[in-house]
Amino acid sequence: MKSLLQRYSVQLILITLGGLITYLAYEEAIGLYTLSVLMFMGVNIILSTSLNLVNGNMGEFSCGHAGFMCVGAYVSSILGVLLFAKDKVFGAPLINPDLALYFFPLIILTGGAAAAITGLLVALPSYKTRGDYLAIITIAANYIIISLIENLGVIGGSRGFMGMKTVVNTMNDTFDLPWMVIWVFIFTVGCVWALRRYNSSTFGKGVSAICQDEVAAEIMSVNTNKIKTITFMLSSGLAGIAGGLFAYIIGYVNPGSFNILKSTEVLVMVYLGGMASLSGAVLSAILFTILLELLRPLQIIKWVVIPLLLIILMQFRPEGIMGNRELSDLFPKLKRFYRFK
Amino acid sequence: MTTAPILEIRNLTQHFGGLTAISDFNIKLKNNQMAGLIGPNGAGKTTIFNLVSGFYQPSQGEIFINGKPTAGLKPHKVTALGVARTFQNIRLWNQMTVLDNIKVAQHGKLGYGFFDALMRTKVYRETEDRINHEAYELLKVFELDKFADDFPTNLPYGLQRKLEIVRALSEKPSLLLLDEPAAGLNTVDMHELIRLIRWIHDSFDVTIWIIEHHMDVMMELCDELKVIDFGHTIAEGPALEVQKNPAVITAYLGDENI
Repeated sequence: MKSLLQRYSVQLILITLGGLITYLAYEEAIGLYTLSVLMFMGVNIILSTSLNLVNGNMGEFSCGHAGFMCVGAYVSSILGVLLFAKDKVFGAPLINPDLALYFFPLIILTGGAAAAITGLLVALPSYKTRGDYLAIITIAANYIIISLIENLGVIGGSRGFMGMKTVVNTMNDTFDLPWMVIWVFIFTVGCVWALRRYNSSTFGKGVSAICQDEVAAEIMSVNTNKIKTITFMLSSGLAGIAGGLFAYIIGYVNPGSFNILKSTEVLVMVYLGGMASLSGAVLSAILFTILLELLRPLQIIKWVVIPLLLIILMQFRPEGIMGNRELSDLFPKLKRFYRFK
Repeated sequence: MTTAPILEIRNLTQHFGGLTAISDFNIKLKNNQMAGLIGPNGAGKTTIFNLVSGFYQPSQGEIFINGKPTAGLKPHKVTALGVARTFQNIRLWNQMTVLDNIKVAQHGKLGYGFFDALMRTKVYRETEDRINHEAYELLKVFELDKFADDFPTNLPYGLQRKLEIVRALSEKPSLLLLDEPAAGLNTVDMHELIRLIRWIHDSFDVTIWIIEHHMDVMMELCDELKVIDFGHTIAEGPALEVQKNPAVITAYLGDENI
């Protein structure tokens, strides 16, 4: 009985949770505002867990996560609008909009793939440089991506790009369900699940071997360059997926929303949660999203309070909430009730 | 049939800027030999190990492992040719369990990739089971299995040294390089280490090349010694002869005529 509970408890909880949120959204029992906060929570979980892979598990210092998010957001937005919506620039939809529902995950994944390829370009300098130098390179990459899009008039330049709402609406017309909520939920769970599997495999443990002693890793047969490339691509690919979802939730993207401030937000989430702790990254993303909403009345002063919180955190608990441990390390008894693989 | 030597180094020279760290070094190690490399501090011993393990590319000269040249290979590729090493200052992965330290060292022969890890394919499950089993068995052989789930930092210093040697052995090397294995050990641990190295030499089909400062360790273990000073080979031969060589005594103790 216990092993049955252990084996299926996570699936059961996830299905119940997903079903509940979907049902509540469908019945309009929770308002659009709460719903959008929940969806941003999902996006933030993807962002913080994926950056945690590079900054926490691998011990590198990447500061340009929003850049990859931007690539994913634009690629999936353009692809979606091009295929399924009537647009001033791109003209009539290329495919029957009724199919949007089925193609949507592919569109988001394509955005992720494009971001992963961008991540490959940033991985290359990481073979030679670490720490501060890599931080500068990733910031530069973030700026390059934004400037590039600001100067591409076809996709709106700095005014931004829209039309994604049409795609979302066609999905809802095809089959009346709150599709965005469902997709955000699925992708968030998928992201955490993929990272969990990657980190717990011997292959993925090469990442923490690099973090702890890169020389020993290379001598002990770990192909460090290959592992770094794969890890960077996985991390930036997931950021791209988060970007794609973000774009479809809001229905509008502009390069300004992916600037260094957004990257900093993600960094704050990673440090808040604790380096190399997957459950910490999930937890801090949830807390941070709620915090941002609670502080919304403060408007711009919010950006005084949040960095201040970070300073206080660094003073009193520099290792973050979880401090490179997982939930199951803190509460070993939990292991009896769930298995997450 | 003549087999290629396990390790052959020909005319190895290494410059760092204007400094010649190694000049014209030669050696041939046969199968299952136990050889030593000694020399005063800064003589270039570790540099030679770094060159053999592919960490540096030599300025001149060639290195062959099992008859295959190592020129241009990254360290993990050199490891795949059959070289494993330990370090002067222990370099274990301290935030990983003892068992994981051994398992991650199998990275070169995993045989599955990224997507296998995500999808938990059959190859993945079989490989992980096999690696887990082999790592555990190896720890058992060296009586480290009771520490399998501990972190290396919680082990006494002597056992950390031992674990590093076991991790190197887990690569199934034909050439094992030990860089000052006795550094920082007390006399009891040192005798333990000598027994361990001799036992490894007898039980595994492996050639061992040791750098060490403790002459008594070298005398007990090695058939052949090579002495270098400022990158030059100043003496070589059976251990007892080398110990009496006047050039070696001068290098270690200084010239008495000064």
